[in-house]
Amino acid sequence: MSKQITVPFGPQHPVLPEPLHLDLVLEDEKVVDVIPTIGYVHRGLEKLVEKREYTEYVFIAERICGICSFIHSQTYVQGIEQIMGLEVPERAQFLRTIWGEYSRLHSHLLWLGCFADGMGFESLFMNAWRLREHILDDLESTTGGRVIQGVCKVGGVRKDIAPEKLDEMLKGLKGLEHELQDLTNVFLHDSSVKHRLVNIGRLSREDAYYLGAVGPTARGSGLDIDIRKTGYGAFNKINFRPVVENDGDCYARCAVRAKEMFTSIDIIEQCIKKIPDGPVDMKVTGAPDGEYFSRAEQPRGEVIHYIKGNGRKNLVRHRVRTPTFTNIPPLVTLLKGCELADVPVIVLTIDPCIGCAER
Amino acid sequence: MMEPQTIVPISVGEIVTRAEQAKKDGNRLVQIGCTKIEDTFEILYVYDKDYRLTNYRVTVKQDDEIQSISGVYFGAFVYENEIHDLYGIHVKGINIDFKGTFYKTSVKHPFSVTITKEDDPCQNK
Repeated sequence: MSKQITVPFGPQHPVLPEPLHLDLVLEDEKVVDVIPTIGYVHRGLEKLVEKREYTEYVFIAERICGICSFIHSQTYVQGIEQIMGLEVPERAQFLRTIWGEYSRLHSHLLWLGCFADGMGFESLFMNAWRLREHILDDLESTTGGRVIQGVCKVGGVRKDIAPEKLDEMLKGLKGLEHELQDLTNVFLHDSSVKHRLVNIGRLSREDAYYLGAVGPTARGSGLDIDIRKTGYGAFNKINFRPVVENDGDCYARCAVRAKEMFTSIDIIEQCIKKIPDGPVDMKVTGAPDGEYFSRAEQPRGEVIHYIKGNGRKNLVRHRVRTPTFTNIPPLVTLLKGCELADVPVIVLTIDPCIGCAER
Repeated sequence: MMEPQTIVPISVGEIVTRAEQAKKDGNRLVQIGCTKIEDTFEILYVYDKDYRLTNYRVTVKQDDEIQSISGVYFGAFVYENEIHDLYGIHVKGINIDFKGTFYKTSVKHPFSVTITKEDDPCQNK
């Protein structure tokens, strides 16, 4: 047996925008064990429910993450609405679904860019982020915010989108789809990209399931788990099939995200065609008295907001289980047996969002 | 409206057997979370199969010790270390035990105290 050495990876590392630490136990160049550490920037945002009224807390819930911010606010408010038995106007549900899918598009483009950067493919990185700007522009023009939208509220949404703007978005997405095709062709077919990804960092279907993998990490291993199929928001009126790849390697996880962007565009198009007229919010009185596990599909996978109220203005508990948090055990497993040089690419393929995990 | 949910109360001694049964039935572990209710702590174990949640609630005191389910579900260690670091509840037999260093907090067990004092009515009364 070769001598074992431990190489620290992170918390500061070129491929990590946020602090995550891994102790990599190596035999020669092969990783034989991994001990993950987080907790460098734990903010304790959940504790603020004891100080902020439940209607105000949506702004904090949205700030858990700077990428999937909208879906955090959506998941939080739908949990409150469920406890209070509120029937949110249908138009608001469609608008939430549209903005949620825009969030997925900008998150996946951000990840594809970071991933290309991690592989040293700089022009691909810049091209992905150039396309992401179109998405952010639409988010800004419809909500007022590029990263933090602030439009979700208990009982609906704060802003409507005019029919002319919806038509404009539809046209914009058609143009974007063409450009995305060119971009994803490189990720899916370029020989240098495939050389870095195929057969690297394999996670079996069974491991993915029992280790708690979610989102593209799970779907890249053949698991058909997508919380959008539960029908929250307007998803019960939308036809779509989750993107699933079976190989379980870095390429499969990359392919899931690349293909999911087209699914998101299709979902947005369906929403724009089906969105009903009507109000976008309703009057809400009182406070939640009960508990609920509110679930949604973030770009990185299933997020859960557990909400418990006792009829007072402050919630008793708001606990968020983010997708990155539950993707840490699968990361440990898929790193075992890999070469040291592949660690950065493998870590990136779970799309770690430490901001979410350290809520 | 979304799925109806129920939470089944169980005893501390049932934690591992329920986890084993959940795995045998083909459930994945979704999360383990903790809530402080006055002097007690509610620990919620959540499993999922085919988008249906199975929820178990264990109520413990801070001095109580609970058994880890990381021998059944490897990934449970992240939740169990979190519960220990934020609430101070001791979890026995965690496969990767950080012994209180999973989160680096300035206050020890910061979630073991409740800071709500006001009892004003809601703004939207």
